[in-house]
Amino acid sequence: MTKGKGAWFRKTFLGVMLFFMYAPIIVLIVYSFNASKTMANWGGFSLNWYDALLKDRDIMAALEVTLTVAVLSSLCATVIGTTAAIGINSMKRRWRNTTMYCSNIPVINPDLVTGVSLMFAFSLLAVPQGYTRLLLAHITFNIPYVVLSVMPKLRQTSNSLYEAALDLGATPSVALRKVILPQIMPGVISGAILAFTLSIDDFVISFFCQQGTQNLSIYIYSLARRGINPKINALSALMFVVVLALLLTVNILGGKGSPEAQKKRARKKEARMARKSGTLVLEENTK
Amino acid sequence: MKRKYFAAPYMVWMLVLILAPMILIMIYAFTGQADGAFTLENIKEALDPIYLKVLWRSIWLAVISTAICLALGYPIAYYLSRMSPRRAAILSMLFIVPMWMNFLLRTYAWMNILDTNGLINQLLIALGLGRAKLMNTEGAVIVGMVYNYLPFMILPVYNILQKMPKSNIEAAQDLGGNNFQVFTRVVFPLSLPGVISGITMVFVPTITTFAISRLLGGSQFMLYGDLIENQFLSVGQVNGGWNVGAALSCIMMALVFICMAITNRFDKGGENGGTLL
Repeated sequence: MTKGKGAWFRKTFLGVMLFFMYAPIIVLIVYSFNASKTMANWGGFSLNWYDALLKDRDIMAALEVTLTVAVLSSLCATVIGTTAAIGINSMKRRWRNTTMYCSNIPVINPDLVTGVSLMFAFSLLAVPQGYTRLLLAHITFNIPYVVLSVMPKLRQTSNSLYEAALDLGATPSVALRKVILPQIMPGVISGAILAFTLSIDDFVISFFCQQGTQNLSIYIYSLARRGINPKINALSALMFVVVLALLLTVNILGGKGSPEAQKKRARKKEARMARKSGTLVLEENTK
Repeated sequence: MKRKYFAAPYMVWMLVLILAPMILIMIYAFTGQADGAFTLENIKEALDPIYLKVLWRSIWLAVISTAICLALGYPIAYYLSRMSPRRAAILSMLFIVPMWMNFLLRTYAWMNILDTNGLINQLLIALGLGRAKLMNTEGAVIVGMVYNYLPFMILPVYNILQKMPKSNIEAAQDLGGNNFQVFTRVVFPLSLPGVISGITMVFVPTITTFAISRLLGGSQFMLYGDLIENQFLSVGQVNGGWNVGAALSCIMMALVFICMAITNRFDKGGENGGTLL
């Protein structure tokens, strides 16, 4: 095999694979502008489906549920998770490992099982159906991720800075706020962002808390089950553009797309994927 | 106040909404619906040949999808790892961007292509070949799974290949290995931890999915995840669906934990430890 031939094959292969990744999205977006309701014919360019989308009360209500649940659950999970991480970090080794092991159950478990188990718990505890269940479920599956992202930062903080603060007359709570918290802040923030995206993206766990309320992914599922609906195309196109815009903004603002910044985000993405598939090899257990 | 008590609120939360629910699944799996007494009936029903057939089909589809993901994902990761860092960074981002879309929408995108009036069929008609039945087939479900989970395979393999020191390859070449030998004896074995983690990252979600099969496979095409969902939400509590569903969930959990145990065995070095930051 000559080098030129190899390079040609490599480029074609990567090109075909990128086509495979993007063709469905492009088709989706193109058909969102189709005036005709079926895909069988092209009825000309139109923005009707976008108009219908924005006028659809159900979709707007579902969007509101998704966004408020994401904000509230990531806030609650960040507060509970960060304090928990500080507590867990100062436990004795054996307790710490046991607690981390339990905390990681929702990370490892398939979403389906987590969803089912929460449904059992909610019905036994008579938690009101609907929004309350959805919010509690999202907080529950978000906390472990916050703990997991704060923990490594906590372990990096040296105790001597904290002790120095005490020696200089700070009370323990002041030292905690002024010395420990700033040091672990990057972990807290990335935990919060992770929790937010996980909450927006979740379908399976929400699905088991769905009676009485609908978030966007549940609504999309119920529509998509009935077949092709140009309104979903319009919705997908909008969501894709928003995601793309967000990614570009983050890229331009943070490090101008330097390889390090890219890598960081790729790792965050990997963590998110790991959560979904539950293969995260847990730091605590491998040590 | 001692610092360790900071964890107290979470400990309570965990007890009520993480540990207790897991125990509840076990309890439901081993008790009757009517009297709540201990019984093995649910497990027996969960092992019914009809359900086992669905289980085998799920495993089979997951194996095929994982194999395809590996066959496509490994070369992608390999080529990316050999590019200049800048180009590799951009291209790997391109492969990841679709992942930021909700997986339901990514699955729905394929409905547009495979539908009776979808893009492929329109092309076939235009070429005078007539319609083909593409939706509600095994192939459609596999395509959906591969499309959804391919990046899960690319990323871990790419990460490990990228970290591999060039000197390893150069040493092998200096010792007289040709390209094929360098790959099979040095590169591939060293990338094995990434491959294993990629395999689990694809296999576990494909075996537990229920929406992809429902959307692309139609209602007749049941996978194990659909079965569980069906027991809970269609058969329902009063008809014992929760109990049988719990038993099915236990079987699925056992399956997933076996997979994880195998992964951990291969991944002793803890390469992936603390990837969350």
